[in-house]
Amino acid sequence: MTIHTTACQFEGPLPAGVLASEAAGEAARAPAIALAIALAIALALLAGGCAAPGGSQVAAPPPRATAAALPVLRREDALWLERVNFGLDSASVADYQRLGRVRYLERQLQPQDAALPAPIAAEIGALEVTHSDPKEWLADLNAQYKVINAMPDGPDKEAARKTLNDRGNRLGYEAVRRDLLRAVYSTSQLEEQMVWFWQNHFSVFQYKANLRWLVGDYAEHAIRPHVFGHFRDLVMATLEHPAMLQYLDNNQNAAGHINENYARELMELHTLGVGGGYTQQDVQNLARVLTGVGVNAGDAPKLKPELQRLYVRHGAFEFNPARHDFGAKTLLGHPVEGHGFDEVEHAVALIVAQPACARFVSRQLATYFIADNPPPALVERMAQTFMHTDGDIAAVLRTMLLAREFNAALGGKFKDPMRFVVSAVRYAYDGRPIYNTRPMLNWLNSLGEGPYNHQTPDGYPLTELNWASAGQMSRRFEIARSIGSGNAGLFDPEDGKAAAATGFPQLSNRLYFEAVEPFLAAHTKDALNRANSQQEWNTFLLAAPDFNYE
Amino acid sequence: MNRRHLLKMGGAALLSAGVSGRLYAAPAGGPRFLLVFLRGGYDSTNLLIPYSSSFYYEARPNIAIAKPQAGSNTGALALDGDWALAPAVRDTIGTLYAQRQVAFIPFAGTDDLTRSHFETQDSIELGQPIGAGRNFRSGFLGRLSDTLVAGSAAAGGSGASDATASISFTDALPLAFEGNATVPNLSLKNVGKPPFDARQAAILSDMYAGHHLQSAVRDGLELRQEVAQTFADEMNAANRNAINTKGFELEAERMGKLMRDKYRIGFIDVGGWDTHVNEGGAEGTLATNLSSLGRGLQVFSQSLGAEWNNTVVVVLSEFGRTFRENGNRGTDHGHGTVYWILGGSVNGGTIRGEQQRLARGTLFQDRDYAVLNDYRSVLGGLFHSLWDLSPTQLGRVFQDAPPVDLKLV
Repeated sequence: MTIHTTACQFEGPLPAGVLASEAAGEAARAPAIALAIALAIALALLAGGCAAPGGSQVAAPPPRATAAALPVLRREDALWLERVNFGLDSASVADYQRLGRVRYLERQLQPQDAALPAPIAAEIGALEVTHSDPKEWLADLNAQYKVINAMPDGPDKEAARKTLNDRGNRLGYEAVRRDLLRAVYSTSQLEEQMVWFWQNHFSVFQYKANLRWLVGDYAEHAIRPHVFGHFRDLVMATLEHPAMLQYLDNNQNAAGHINENYARELMELHTLGVGGGYTQQDVQNLARVLTGVGVNAGDAPKLKPELQRLYVRHGAFEFNPARHDFGAKTLLGHPVEGHGFDEVEHAVALIVAQPACARFVSRQLATYFIADNPPPALVERMAQTFMHTDGDIAAVLRTMLLAREFNAALGGKFKDPMRFVVSAVRYAYDGRPIYNTRPMLNWLNSLGEGPYNHQTPDGYPLTELNWASAGQMSRRFEIARSIGSGNAGLFDPEDGKAAAATGFPQLSNRLYFEAVEPFLAAHTKDALNRANSQQEWNTFLLAAPDFNYE
Repeated sequence: MNRRHLLKMGGAALLSAGVSGRLYAAPAGGPRFLLVFLRGGYDSTNLLIPYSSSFYYEARPNIAIAKPQAGSNTGALALDGDWALAPAVRDTIGTLYAQRQVAFIPFAGTDDLTRSHFETQDSIELGQPIGAGRNFRSGFLGRLSDTLVAGSAAAGGSGASDATASISFTDALPLAFEGNATVPNLSLKNVGKPPFDARQAAILSDMYAGHHLQSAVRDGLELRQEVAQTFADEMNAANRNAINTKGFELEAERMGKLMRDKYRIGFIDVGGWDTHVNEGGAEGTLATNLSSLGRGLQVFSQSLGAEWNNTVVVVLSEFGRTFRENGNRGTDHGHGTVYWILGGSVNGGTIRGEQQRLARGTLFQDRDYAVLNDYRSVLGGLFHSLWDLSPTQLGRVFQDAPPVDLKLV
């Protein structure tokens, strides 16, 4: 909940831990143990104590010939790639080595259509949520509510209610399943990170009203198409989505019945930030601008002729001029131009053109990608890019990801639960398709970062302070153990379908020798040497500071 | 020696007694303090109902709660000539109030005027003067812990290990507990068997030797082990006497046991109070939440046993809500709110603090309760009573906020 942490000034003395972590970084940069020795240790370990089922995972080290022609991965390359992606897998390392950083980034900023392995693409294609039409669903839902409400109390009514509720749960879960499969397998990794980031920035809570029917469409059509586009378009897409309008009650906001909930959060959380130069009066006026912006899955309202031309509708989104306050309004010191829905467009354009918006959004991005306290000079350069490019998100990302300060901060960012869980699964199965995503969802819920599950509109926090308390660390280690100790249910049949295969987490894989082992800290190597089994070895590696910071 | 005297004396005894470590028992008789943070801005006007104000009934045509009826066992419970308690907590908090174990402080809150949930929650938890730069590594419960550490060390106690008998019953560590001393956190929703044996836990801890997460990692592994042990024993011992509780009540029961045996300062947060739409009145969304909270607090008081007499619970929220209902039978973000003070030895059965008549003309900015009782001064006064803190020590906890003694204990 401390999303404003970045605005703070740390007044107290520097915690001792800051120095300690820098020292640890130095140690990790030093060429501690020669690769040959490390390989020998790892092989001895594999041969000695592995109790992994099936035995096939205890194999000779993978052939290294194909990598021979490519440049050796430096620590900063591994960390840069880890940060830009949801952690490493072999394919991303190979792409990076082939393309180099600048070309790799350009590729990432232009997502490819065929970014998914065929089985994963087929799995996503088969989900009901992929073929969603929120307007039809909402209309259907409203009709069913009517039927259920008319039923006499009793078991039949309860059963009908449960059927409807189960369907909502399934659609909400399908949205999560799609997100997780893409996060693990898409080669457009930066796109997936940005989908997560913006979803969280414009957070909605699936258990409010009928949002479980809508979150999949929200992610797919309000967020995803705009993740690298212009920020204003992203704001407008969320503003026109029934999920956001219901979540923040703007569907209830009408002339004479003002509800200022969305207006406030639109400025406080989505664009300007607290202290972004708006007043309570601005909140009230923006709420008036937003009157009539709502949701309608049914028939268009009957309007007086002079209002009909002001009526706007696409999908389940509706601007109903009969509910709009047409009085004159001032926002941020400017008169709001327009008459009807174009007032909303002008107001949003005015808000996102504020330097406070450029700075707030840049700081949020930098906090997610760089550091809990991102370098102010870089945030300012990102904000300048934002202002000069009319809020071009790709341009702002380029400024950030190729900056000297970004490089300097590598290795110091604590993974939030989403990054931890996704990167662990990416690493453990390295491109091999998992089948069941429920264990991943359970781990995220247990760590407190379930998708579409943040009740309040501030989204999940972006800083270590909120994820690395005593209780959270022990929980994280338990999940490291679950992931490291076996297939953890990731290959179990889901929803009654048959499983195709099984698997075992392969952490001592080629990726390990190329991109992980060379940079491990001494304490971590000690712990790995003390492991009694492959399962323990996996658990320790996933629990190590080296894996939990990027 | 009366109960109240005992509660105050416990503080002095504690500071000199010394405890062997944070994961070991706090001394019997030491004061205990639990902060319950209602996140979302609960509608205090429908908890503590200003039923003598005709303006209340005008301002809330759909969601006002009917006046208490003399002699009735249901509906709102009259506390005095002006205030009544919501029907939803009549049987729980109302009972404690009748036993003089609950006091309310209306017109309480902060001078933060952002009306932002997140901003105001942060500013309350940090407890720093508004307007200066914020230090997000310093919450007021963290500073209280640190101050008790220092006081204990000065009195010949064991210092750091003493005053860290603090715990947050949450998944994440709240800002309120940020400070020099690391405070462990653990949600008590599930307390199953820990997955690591001693050897594995040691190896995991060793990986973080010298790291700034070293103590968080060590505490997390230890606490998990200890809590599992505590509740495994109790389940074996007390099955014949088991209380069938669930949800917040179950957590509250576990909190009570841990605070009875091991911890002095605790924190829990409860969400779901942001009632912009269809808030309900005597029944409905808010009433359901209040009812669950009331039952939980009652169970908490019971599971503390005799230590309930040494315990003070403060229930607060970031702000109140608009005095008038909005267009959606709900309420929007307001300002002043009502704090609850509970405990076996509190001066309960009263409404405390500065008050004013509630009428159209007295609303703050024509929409909210004013704040007449600054939370930092009120809590400072309470901490002074509980732990006998000096002005200098109190100044460390709440800088530039002179304590106000509302005679709460």
